[in-house]
Amino acid sequence: MSNNLCPRADALVCFQQVTKVYGQGGASFQALRGIDFAIQPGEFVSLMGPSGSGKSTVMNIVGCLDELSGGEYWFRGAPVSSLDRNQRALLRRLHLGFVFQGFNLLARTSALENVELPLLYRGLPKTERRRMAMAALEQVGLERWAKHQPSELSGGQQQRVAIARALATQPSLLLADEPTGNLDSERSRDIMELMVRLNREQNLTILMVTHEPDMAAYSGRTIHCVDGRVASDQKNPPHPAHTHAHTPEAGQTGATSC
Amino acid sequence: MLMLMNALRLALQEIRRNLLRSFLTTLGIIIGVAAVITMVTLGNGATQQVTNRISALGSNLMMVNRGQGMGPGRDRVEAPGFRQSDIDAIRLEVAGIKALAPVSQTSVTLISGNTSWSSSVRGTTNDYLVASNWDLQSGRLFTNDEETNGGAVCIVGDTIVEELFANQSPLNRRIRVGRYACTVVGVLKAKGQTSFGNDQDDLVLMPFPTYQTRLAGRDALSGDVQQIYLSLMDGVDSSHVEERLTRLLRLRRNITGSESDNFHIMDTTELAATLTSTTETLTGLLGAVAGVSLLVGGIGIMNIMLVSVTERTREIGIRLAIGALEHEVLWQFLVEAVVLSSFGGILGILLALLLSWIMALLMKVPLVLDPGIIVLAFVFSALVGVVFGFFPARRAAQLNPIEALRHE
Ligand SMILES: Nc1ncnc2c1ncn2[C@@H]1O[C@H](COP(=O)(O)OP(=O)(O)O)[C@@H](O)[C@H]1O
Ligand SMILES: [Mg+2]
Repeated sequence: MSNNLCPRADALVCFQQVTKVYGQGGASFQALRGIDFAIQPGEFVSLMGPSGSGKSTVMNIVGCLDELSGGEYWFRGAPVSSLDRNQRALLRRLHLGFVFQGFNLLARTSALENVELPLLYRGLPKTERRRMAMAALEQVGLERWAKHQPSELSGGQQQRVAIARALATQPSLLLADEPTGNLDSERSRDIMELMVRLNREQNLTILMVTHEPDMAAYSGRTIHCVDGRVASDQKNPPHPAHTHAHTPEAGQTGATSC
Repeated sequence: MLMLMNALRLALQEIRRNLLRSFLTTLGIIIGVAAVITMVTLGNGATQQVTNRISALGSNLMMVNRGQGMGPGRDRVEAPGFRQSDIDAIRLEVAGIKALAPVSQTSVTLISGNTSWSSSVRGTTNDYLVASNWDLQSGRLFTNDEETNGGAVCIVGDTIVEELFANQSPLNRRIRVGRYACTVVGVLKAKGQTSFGNDQDDLVLMPFPTYQTRLAGRDALSGDVQQIYLSLMDGVDSSHVEERLTRLLRLRRNITGSESDNFHIMDTTELAATLTSTTETLTGLLGAVAGVSLLVGGIGIMNIMLVSVTERTREIGIRLAIGALEHEVLWQFLVEAVVLSSFGGILGILLALLLSWIMALLMKVPLVLDPGIIVLAFVFSALVGVVFGFFPARRAAQLNPIEALRHE
């Protein structure tokens, strides 16, 4: 099976029959069995599915942290499978922001320095780094916690620092793998509202993995994965607690194949 | 360039984040560098000291002793002494001699007033002072007449002035030397102790004829000249003089063909060379042993860096995920290792300066700092960082970001 969506110049992310096999020979395991979907700029998409269905594998491939085994992945209209390790790192540096379930902040390093880290790899001068990092912290409402180390922050605050770090470089795509997985429901709502706000106000494209329907409901569109295949791909109704997250005009959401 | 600056910034940030661990890592290098520099500095000091003391003994000095070796063996007692006529013959036949003196000595009890002191008395001539680098502090030398015919006069060392005259001037005072009395006409400038702890200033000099007639009677052989001191003119080849001297003395002492010498010539120039090369060898050896500790320090850095790569696997994963390139992670770790080891080098140098200074004071050797070895130790410590930092750094850079992020 194949779609005729890819490559599409207007899609930010386009997956065409992407497969992923872990291991080799008898011990190999096929985690993805042909995934098709496209994400337009400005979309907020959530990826759901039971444990082991391949959500993180999809995220890692979209995030250029892992290579695909078959099919093709286009990022901004360019095929990614031909890029080498270094080129993929450059793509991450220039276009992607990551938020993880476990926050993954550097210990014994202030919130500000954590947020500055990706800017450091971009080789920006110190004052510029400070300014951009502070701006990112302001966006997540933590400017007053800039000097604090992760151990002095609550889980919700740590995740917001991680979001600020992902935002600091003004990426084209924010990838969040179970960003609320380690948080209680109140903090989870805070984080989701922050993401909705960033999506609406800054037109930030977000791909988020979650296994909680409550969290997925904040996004504009939900893709369900089962056994390494897309089971459904639907627009969400407007969120009750919120005005609806930003969605591009109808008809542009990606097609589905199972 | 920008990348290196960035790597340096990241490395410094990392070192600051883990100050204690960083310090412990460098401890091996600190100790290694400090050990190398201290050992070499002290070794150089000891060499310098040996040279100093030998030149104080008399430069271009040759001593002719009876017997075969340097020690006071049986052959020394059995071998005949020298005669005044030997001295005259040397003066006539060997060229290049600046000073030539007979020396005989015995130990005696000195008495002045009601103070007594046991010391040694040496019968010799003014040339002895020239040959063994003595200067007069006050008074006069022996007169020509005293040198040839004898006289009841003596020249004393600084220790005698201290012990018998309570540091008052002893000039024109009389002292009893054994059963004989003499008048002090000169005082020698103090030389201090030898490297072996002998007090060089504890001596009394008398004209050789006086010594022979008044003090030598107690020892059957001491009527002879026990030793001959001679110093050479500048630029004279000492081995050449030694050869002439040997030939002359063998002839005069009726030693023929394959018979071995019953006298022995000691040359301070030669002695200095031997001793200096011995201490230099020792210095090299100590330095090498200390160098091994520097190497061990380097392995310590590698060990800690490897542990640190494992411990920081997740952090490396984060860095790679947010866009660090492979070579940036490599450089960060490499620069971190080099900064740590060169910083250890600098601390080691400071520690070495302090240690060398203290040890030189305690061991009473001069402080001879060699900038070469300091620079070498520093360069080596930085090199240790490069060599032992590379392997862990490469390992960090080649981590798979997904696995690194999953690492607990
Ligand atoms: N590095 C790996 N090696 C082997 N199998 C893996 C690896 N990573 C994931 N898998 C397997 O692939 C499947 C999908 O994993 P994952 O994408 O992490 O699922 P999800 O995030 O949806 O829980 C799982 O069955 C998992 O065991
Ligand atoms: Mg997962």
